[in-house]
Amino acid sequence: MQRRSHLKTLEDEAVHILRELVAERERVCLLFSGGKDSIVLLRLAELAFRPAKFPFPLVHVDTGHNFPETLDYRDRRVVELGERLIVASVQDSIDRGRVSEERGPRASRNRLQTTTLLDCIEEHQFDAAIGGARRDEERARAKERIFSHRDEFGQWDPKNQRPELWSLYNGRVRRGEHLRVFPLSNWTELDVWEYIRLEDIPLPSLYFAHERDVFERDGMLYGANPFVELLPTERVRREVVRFRTIGDMTCTGAVKSDARTLDEIIAEVAAARLTERGATRADDRFTEAAMEDRKREGYF
Amino acid sequence: MSLAIALHTPEPVADDRELLRFTTAGSVDDGKSTLIGRLLYDTKTAFIDQIEHVEAVSKRRGDERVNLALLTDGLRAEREQGITIDVAYRYFTTQRRKFIIGDTPGHVQYTRNMVTGASTAQLAIVLVDARQGVVEQSRRHALIASLLRIPHIVFAINKMDLVDWSEASFSAIEAELRAFSHNLDADDFTFIPISALTGANVVERSALMPWYRGPTLLHHLETVPVSGDRNLIDVRFPVQWVIRPQWDTHHDYRGYAGQLASGILRPGDAVTVLPSGHTTTIARLEQGGRELAVAYPPMSVTVHLADDIDVGRGDLICRPANSQPVVSQELDAMICWMADRPLQPRGRYALKHTTRWTRAIVTELVSRLDIQTGAHTEAAELPLNSLGRIRLRTTAPIVYDAYRQNRTTGSFILVDETSNATVAAGMLLGHDR
Repeated sequence: MQRRSHLKTLEDEAVHILRELVAERERVCLLFSGGKDSIVLLRLAELAFRPAKFPFPLVHVDTGHNFPETLDYRDRRVVELGERLIVASVQDSIDRGRVSEERGPRASRNRLQTTTLLDCIEEHQFDAAIGGARRDEERARAKERIFSHRDEFGQWDPKNQRPELWSLYNGRVRRGEHLRVFPLSNWTELDVWEYIRLEDIPLPSLYFAHERDVFERDGMLYGANPFVELLPTERVRREVVRFRTIGDMTCTGAVKSDARTLDEIIAEVAAARLTERGATRADDRFTEAAMEDRKREGYF
Repeated sequence: MSLAIALHTPEPVADDRELLRFTTAGSVDDGKSTLIGRLLYDTKTAFIDQIEHVEAVSKRRGDERVNLALLTDGLRAEREQGITIDVAYRYFTTQRRKFIIGDTPGHVQYTRNMVTGASTAQLAIVLVDARQGVVEQSRRHALIASLLRIPHIVFAINKMDLVDWSEASFSAIEAELRAFSHNLDADDFTFIPISALTGANVVERSALMPWYRGPTLLHHLETVPVSGDRNLIDVRFPVQWVIRPQWDTHHDYRGYAGQLASGILRPGDAVTVLPSGHTTTIARLEQGGRELAVAYPPMSVTVHLADDIDVGRGDLICRPANSQPVVSQELDAMICWMADRPLQPRGRYALKHTTRWTRAIVTELVSRLDIQTGAHTEAAELPLNSLGRIRLRTTAPIVYDAYRQNRTTGSFILVDETSNATVAAGMLLGHDR
């Protein structure tokens, strides 16, 4: 009797997590990237708190290298929801001398985001930030708690995490510390897509197959964009592609795909044999423990 | 092992598959990581980039064959030391179910991780090395699984390839485990002979053990009935959050949000709010603006009450008719101690139970549980990774059930008020009226 599907069970859990967090912390924000995971977070926040307003603002860490489609989607969605958006700009961090721009063809602002994010958390005195990260994305994330503690330097200490039992989340922090909270921890990429289909959630067009000027680097396709210098051997060509993740234009690769509908994407994801980060994220390729290192520093 | 993975074109997957959370426990050499690697690999969940990665690492380290165990190693220190130091969560999906694995290390010093993994599990796989038979660790894992009230326990007798697929070896271990399990507080035990290394009886049935007529491990995971494990009788709805829009259009809106722990709610039902004891009825139920005719566990819903009574976070909504929870400041519990500094008699901690925080003082350390023998002994303190029975007094009443009746309303955590570290997992014992 009354079996609950896995998608609805994951939804129930995520809504519970969001409500626990806002009940336990004073100054919460939701990190909204414009990617599908944070788009799902917004839907879960509606389920958790409507008809009231969200008890937190949205924060977008804008590298200045975002896809225009992402920014359009973000601004439209914020208006539809009637919620408050804070934009934390990497360009500002560069202008203020907090970080310096990387140079050369492989320059990326991906790593610089960490400083911008931590500065934003400090400026607004946030004591918790909700993120859309999932444990299936990456090996270091597989071990991260749902309520994940950050010290006053914003650092994660993977070997000294608080045990997390039942659904009894420990939301306590000392002044200057904060939590990262991941309601989608137990979702897989396929779950996210199936949920988007189930709930009929609109997405940025980047996720669906479209024609685009691309170039190939290290076995991955990147959209041609003004922020990346081509290496001498690299040539721009036209391909039908889609994005499996949406991050910085400089480090988010596209995959060749004809999937133009959610059903086609789900069929493709179900058959996919490369993890989405392995397939499309240069940022995880640096070292065997690239994500672990960045997370320790305070990355998303 | 060949890297050429058969091109896998899954059938369209239905959205209504059930979720099963299970935990795996085993010691370093039981082949636990290999088993999980095998499940991920044989269900085509391991991705090519992960397999390539694992292959490259195996080659660099001079391993004889591709080490499936590396698929589950996450942190740098673990890869360097070849051990699993924390609970890792893994996911895979079949046509029938989606699975969440709480993968926990088996070393004696990591009892706390095993307890953590077990706390959310509906099923536990206890690995037993067919060559070694039942060792202390197997008993300890099974004991923890039963203490944490995991409804289904599977003993996977592994490394059958190393005992020549011998029925006699399997039967001897099964008999010993059955005898031991009589003393455990659990009802559903299953025994499956496997070889994680070769894959025998993990996903594919093995022709080498024709004497075994039971299910493969995966088939068991896919079919063991779990929705019936829920308690649909005793209504327990801990209020998490009160939704009160500050908009004129919703002036009178007052919704009590929470996740239903047990029982079934319907509009019109009479309810009691504890600890105040006020009684009213459910006016309506909703979920994100959608009206609901019924709510059942584990749904996260919003409840509207007919009368304007004082209800807030930490209160528990139940039904006046059926069995009532206990309201008390005196608690009797089994705990697992998880901090370096031992639990001290008279120690003071923050206590979180359902959605309520209170403070608690340890009034008595009753006994320590010897997890090798299951015997309770006197103790002056509880060190890291030990289990024991304690009594606590809280500053405010707790509305609870015994853990063996209700895992949600029967569990709590203790938190150090200085460091904010979670220092204990607690399971409430019978009604201490």
